[in-house]
Amino acid sequence: MSASVVTRPSAVRRRRPRVGRMAASALGLLVALVWAFPVYWMINSSFMSSIRLQDGRVHLLPVNASWDNYTSVWASGSFLPALRMSLAVTFLTLAVTLVFAFLAALAISRFRFRGRRSFILAVLLIQMLPAEGLFIAQYRLIGSLHLLNTVLGVSILYIAAVVPFTVWMLRGFVAGVPIELEEAAMVDGLSRTQAFIRITFPLLAPGLVASGVYAFLQAWNEFTVALVVLQSDASKTLPIWLRSFVQASASRDTDWGQVMAASTLIAVPVIVFFLFVQGRMTSGLVSGAVKG
Amino acid sequence: MGRHPRSGASGLRASDLRVSGLSAAGPRSEGTSAPIARRRRPPRVPYALLAPSVAILVVALAYPLFWQVVTSMQQFGLAQQFGKPPTFVGLRNYVDLFTDPYLWTVVVRSIVFCLVNAFVTVLVGVGVAVLMKVVHAGVRIAVQVAMLLAWAMPVVAAMTVWRWLFDYRFGVVNAGLTALGLDFTGHSWLANPLSFFFVATVIVVWMSVPFVAFSAYAGLTQVPDEVLEAAALDGASGFKAFRWITMPMIAPVLSIVLLLQIIWDLRVFAQIRLLQDAGGTPSETNLLGTYIYSLGVGSGDFGAASAVSIFVLALTVALSWGYVRRLLRDEEQS
Repeated sequence: MSASVVTRPSAVRRRRPRVGRMAASALGLLVALVWAFPVYWMINSSFMSSIRLQDGRVHLLPVNASWDNYTSVWASGSFLPALRMSLAVTFLTLAVTLVFAFLAALAISRFRFRGRRSFILAVLLIQMLPAEGLFIAQYRLIGSLHLLNTVLGVSILYIAAVVPFTVWMLRGFVAGVPIELEEAAMVDGLSRTQAFIRITFPLLAPGLVASGVYAFLQAWNEFTVALVVLQSDASKTLPIWLRSFVQASASRDTDWGQVMAASTLIAVPVIVFFLFVQGRMTSGLVSGAVKG
Repeated sequence: MGRHPRSGASGLRASDLRVSGLSAAGPRSEGTSAPIARRRRPPRVPYALLAPSVAILVVALAYPLFWQVVTSMQQFGLAQQFGKPPTFVGLRNYVDLFTDPYLWTVVVRSIVFCLVNAFVTVLVGVGVAVLMKVVHAGVRIAVQVAMLLAWAMPVVAAMTVWRWLFDYRFGVVNAGLTALGLDFTGHSWLANPLSFFFVATVIVVWMSVPFVAFSAYAGLTQVPDEVLEAAALDGASGFKAFRWITMPMIAPVLSIVLLLQIIWDLRVFAQIRLLQDAGGTPSETNLLGTYIYSLGVGSGDFGAASAVSIFVLALTVALSWGYVRRLLRDEEQS
């Protein structure tokens, strides 16, 4: 901006009422409070005994905080199996999805072939389909394969649900590495495979990390499909476990302190992960529209 | 699976990440290099690369879809689950369903719920985005952190917390309202269907606003300050500048966000199911997702459940078509 223009915007800004800006800031703080409150309340309640939670008063701070609720949840006997189940399902989904999606992304961004357009169209359409529109049929499929209540059964469904978006995401990363880099390496005497592994693959690391986080979050949080295909007690993943923990507690006067401790245990790893990668996801699904 | 920002990080899109991750790699040059690559490699390779993905999609999505189409035209109830072969009944499941007033109740309820939620979410989200634009940096960061916290909450954990907030005996909402002088002691929010959906709307909006707010904020930051300054010099008020300059510039973002919200709010299964756990009569509060669940898993009527599922899929495809076309067009241009 040239110097001559600088004076005028400040004149404009001075005309804007101070009060307005103060009100906006107050409103902004209120919005922040409202949105953060449920998360705060979860953590706050998780440190309080049920006697305190039910004494009819509102305790904004966890005075006399204790880890009792966490130790009870941990010791309940059903948390650790659910954690193990969730970890198994999540990592199987993550690993297989990354390999499958990476190969497919290579195909659609490095090759032109018949059926490429149809595949992309299928990928885009599939990621819009709701689980609720297919879960009955998937339940029957997994049942007929005798895979109900197994890690493999639910992972198959998760992989299929996550692969389309992951392909779409990785496609952009692969296309972002100029093929000339590989070709230059080949001129210098590497084979195509070597060039790919030594040159292109390291450049794709951020893309693989981002897609991995996406697959992790999806599999870790998934509720609908798990509710349908994991019905036995021994095979619950954490979200399903949390639901039955709440139900069991509700049948004998809900112990909200324990329930909130259980929710916190599930939410905290996700929140930490999410804050870690947030810088990359703020511009969202719409940047194409912004630029266009 | 929930490809929704509520249930994860689906706000990601490849092109943004490409920019942040690999901007150093320079401009892409597929246009010039692709023909060389094609000549050099045998055409079998891309199909081999696609094979694993295609295989899993066929097994876990295409086959169930096929089964569902077939089953939706069969008499397939409890007897068939115990080995009796299903009988072909043509479109009778569809006729039965579409002449059943209850299905229409659920459809209308789902559509109203979905539209109300989508519009409220987008309105609030844009409001929050504008706030983030005008307030001091400190307040903006507070808003952003709060939004990220809400966005990151796993759906089941979030529902559990909200259930606790609205608990009729010890919930902080009733306590707060009572402290304000209204008598909400022991008020049950979920017993009445309207108030049930009010609570559901509060929760869904709380979960979905962060994605809209961040997208709209990204759109707002693209509006050049110079244009707004020029408008101010020409005497436009803040509101007029917003209405006639900012709004048209962020309209493309908003239309996509609104469309995605509509598609996502049509499938609020987990939220409704978990609120039904907490109270609320299922038959009075069912939306399409929970209705399919109760037909299929609940009463074992897979024929009818499949028919409703096909209906939901058709509705989703019809709604998403324009968006998918647009993504495909962007892809071809790149």
